[in-house]
Amino acid sequence: MEDILFLFEQYPIFEGFWTNIKLAFWSSISAFTLGVILALFRISPVRSLSWLSAAFINLVRNIPLTVLVVMAVLVFWGQLQISLHSDFNTNFFLLATIALSMYHAPFFAEAIRSGVNTVPLGQAEAARAIGLGFFSAARLIIIPQALRGAITPIGNTLIALIKNTTVAAAGSVLEASGVMRTMIEFNPNLMVAIFLIIAIGFSLIVIPVGLITTWLSEKLAVTR
Amino acid sequence: MTTETNQAPLVKMSGVNKHFGQFQALSDINIDIPTGQVCIVVGPSGSGKSTLCRTINRLETIDNDGGYIEIDGKRLPEEGKALAALRADVGMVFQSFNLFAHKSVLENVTLGPIKVRKVPKKQAEQEAMEYLDRVGVGEQARKLPAHLSGGQQQRVAIARALAMKPKVLLFDEPTSALDPEMVQEVLDVMVDLAAGGMTMVVVTHEMGFARKAGDRLLFMSEGAVVEDTTPQEFFTNPQTARAQDFLSKILTE
Repeated sequence: MEDILFLFEQYPIFEGFWTNIKLAFWSSISAFTLGVILALFRISPVRSLSWLSAAFINLVRNIPLTVLVVMAVLVFWGQLQISLHSDFNTNFFLLATIALSMYHAPFFAEAIRSGVNTVPLGQAEAARAIGLGFFSAARLIIIPQALRGAITPIGNTLIALIKNTTVAAAGSVLEASGVMRTMIEFNPNLMVAIFLIIAIGFSLIVIPVGLITTWLSEKLAVTR
Repeated sequence: MTTETNQAPLVKMSGVNKHFGQFQALSDINIDIPTGQVCIVVGPSGSGKSTLCRTINRLETIDNDGGYIEIDGKRLPEEGKALAALRADVGMVFQSFNLFAHKSVLENVTLGPIKVRKVPKKQAEQEAMEYLDRVGVGEQARKLPAHLSGGQQQRVAIARALAMKPKVLLFDEPTSALDPEMVQEVLDVMVDLAAGGMTMVVVTHEMGFARKAGDRLLFMSEGAVVEDTTPQEFFTNPQTARAQDFLSKILTE
């Protein structure tokens, strides 16, 4: 027990988790927004938009996240000298957020598209018949119903995103899994306890997301 | 209503063809529907009557071979804002109701006026309630469509179409998906509309309604309008063998 207290005193465990939460928060907002846009483009009748979206989705979805994160740091910051913030750590944080957003946007887009497929064609026809254009119909009728039908896959993507924030360690962001590695390096005798601390920490963050997802998917289900 | 719009046909279809791949769904349709006319469209399944109805607000495109459709003297635009604006003037009632499933009955009716016609919300709601009362479902205004019976849902769909103050109302088999005991309540609303002077195109199998409310009857077969007459004339004195065959089948049913 004392050993564990020692770990908490000696290492920034809470700060690490807090960084994961911040990464997850900002990345999920921007990835979701980008995902909605990609999904809209994907289903739009304009061929070029649909093609562009499909190309982005298929390209980015197939790049490993670690590669994206390292690329953001080494290529954007290292090679191209693009600095998003004068503060070193903030800069890395932003680069990691961008990589996480890019990586997860296609997953959100595909989740939303699966939701769009749950909306009967008649809904779109009725929307068009009262004089709504494509984007109004999408915004007012199709997407709201699609999101309700896609809460479970969206929740799954969100859970994956939260856990994937640990990959930011590859981009020199100090977060929980990085703290874990440092702790193990210097306290190999406490390895099991360290693993448990990190595992329980993530579970505490992720379990509520799963519960909320299930609750929302039941509460918001569209009755037909 | 000015005399000018009374003279020009409200809906004009001229030389309209429509193919689904090799299959010709509509062949050389030429009809003029004047303001206030209730035009019934009947025919065996697959005869193109639903397709005809759906081309009038371009839910189905037509072949680009010189045929055209005009609403109130204006050619149906191909895409974009102009098409949306024109659709707002053409009400549509579907076989499967297609009420917006995530919105209340009241929101279903106010959505078009608020978002398309830019009517203030208060006024839109007030008018929507009048339409809902008129079709007899005012009490259901706060419910979701799924909590209503089929007949009630279809009457809400009619109210939703009416709220746009359309020039013409299209009905695509409005009672075909209803349980038998709910057919009459929907037909009653439609008879009232017809009596009120609404211009209507009604694809239906309800021959009683056709007789009672129809001014004109189009009989379609294999994508073509085979008979263009009055309901009385059609039922008592069908001219073509195909119409006689069709009538003999529905009368034995």
